[in-house]
Amino acid sequence: MNPYVTSLQAIVYREGLRFIQQRERFAAALVRPLLWLLVFAAGFRAALGLSIIPPYQTYITYEVYIVPGLCGMVMLFNGMQSSLSLVYDREMGSMKLLLTSPLPRWWLLFCKLMGATAISVAQVYAFLAITAAFGIVVPPLGYFMVLPALIVAGLMLGALGLLLSGFVRQLENFAGIMNFVIFPMFFMSSALYPLWKMAESSEFLHAICAVNPFTHAVELIRFALYGQLNVAALGWTLLATVVFMAVAIYSYNPSRTGVARRG
Amino acid sequence: MSGLEVSGVSYAYGSRLALQNVSFKVPSATFCALLGPNGAGKSTLFNLLTRLFSTPTGRIEIAGHDLRARPRIALSHLGIVFQKPTLDLDLTVRQNLKYFAALHGLSGAMADKRIDLCLDRLDMLERSGEKARSLNGGHRRRAEIARALLPEPDVLLLDEPTVGLDTAARRGITDYVHDLAKQGATVLWATHLTDEIQHDDHLVLLHQGRVHATGTARSFCGEMALQDRFLQMTGASPL
Repeated sequence: MNPYVTSLQAIVYREGLRFIQQRERFAAALVRPLLWLLVFAAGFRAALGLSIIPPYQTYITYEVYIVPGLCGMVMLFNGMQSSLSLVYDREMGSMKLLLTSPLPRWWLLFCKLMGATAISVAQVYAFLAITAAFGIVVPPLGYFMVLPALIVAGLMLGALGLLLSGFVRQLENFAGIMNFVIFPMFFMSSALYPLWKMAESSEFLHAICAVNPFTHAVELIRFALYGQLNVAALGWTLLATVVFMAVAIYSYNPSRTGVARRG
Repeated sequence: MSGLEVSGVSYAYGSRLALQNVSFKVPSATFCALLGPNGAGKSTLFNLLTRLFSTPTGRIEIAGHDLRARPRIALSHLGIVFQKPTLDLDLTVRQNLKYFAALHGLSGAMADKRIDLCLDRLDMLERSGEKARSLNGGHRRRAEIARALLPEPDVLLLDEPTVGLDTAARRGITDYVHDLAKQGATVLWATHLTDEIQHDDHLVLLHQGRVHATGTARSFCGEMALQDRFLQMTGASPL
């Protein structure tokens, strides 16, 4: 078999195996968005009035609105979690094993990214199944149409995690980075409120939200769940993926000595 | 064709030089001990030899392949045992080796055959279904050596592989790797423990980032005990 395919299969399989062994990680990945959906959304339903905006063709409840944002949240946290695993692997030495393989380093990093994305997508489908059990459903076709959108969003957020893992030197520094990345990305996006709502409060914040790649990932997912393609969101998300991946590959360049420190 | 050749390699962490113009050769089918006290630059050199670091100065050749110009080919001739254990403790020994085989493009029946062969050589075949976590330090090291041998490397690098092992396990692993060199492997074994070195072994003494001596262990120590000569050369004194 082609060595590229062999390595891809092995890395994705190992990431999957690792995820299955960490049951608490899976539980945490589901409990977090469910809390937002069942508690936060219930509290904010009355406070936030939503007008009809694409892709919705009628008035919707707040719970329906935030489901795509919470899918993005699952992927954002998973991207950061996989980044944390990479920093841990580097500290523990197992990253060396990967990086001394005779295959190109960019390919090995891409395989890691594919593994993280596969786990992200599985988590989102588990979340969507639970939301459906609570009666929050999208058109049946949407569950299929959203798959490519989830893959693109997962790749973008995984690449961001990869990038961070290339620059973060120690596990202790990671919590701070997560606070500076996850929360701003999540809150300054269309995950919890439509951008026009943000524009009413602050044009400046609206401008930031509009260029936030997470906003576009969420919109890509939102439109796909309703069987539509948001071309602009797809373009932005793909562009962010390419940029994040390019910087991540640079960050793992051996001449940067960022990969392995003195042992 | 030389097993391993390092010429004019220097490396700095910021303004601090860790390696200065390091040059040495390890001929094919030779056990070469890279001897040096803690902080001598052994791990930095290993990071350069495995391309975890790179430096614009000097040249490293692995089985005749320039590591900078043809990194993938050079790495395909290399087997590595890192100082820190790198087994995934939640996977079985076989799963660990299968993962590594795949990173070297080996799969299916070919990979299984190589895994069985390498584990058998290290007397680890019967334990292949056990999780790495359940193995003691010596067996984990043996599994890592079996793993390093999977791609049939010409050159084997071991970075202080006996750290933390008891005397019996140390002896077993040291003897086994000496045998590998006799069977044709080129071995570079980093250590600060002189009792792991035999008189006929090649030796490179690294101290404060420089090569202070090369040759056989016998020629290096002359009439003195190797440990005494080592302490004399490095200016250290036993407590």
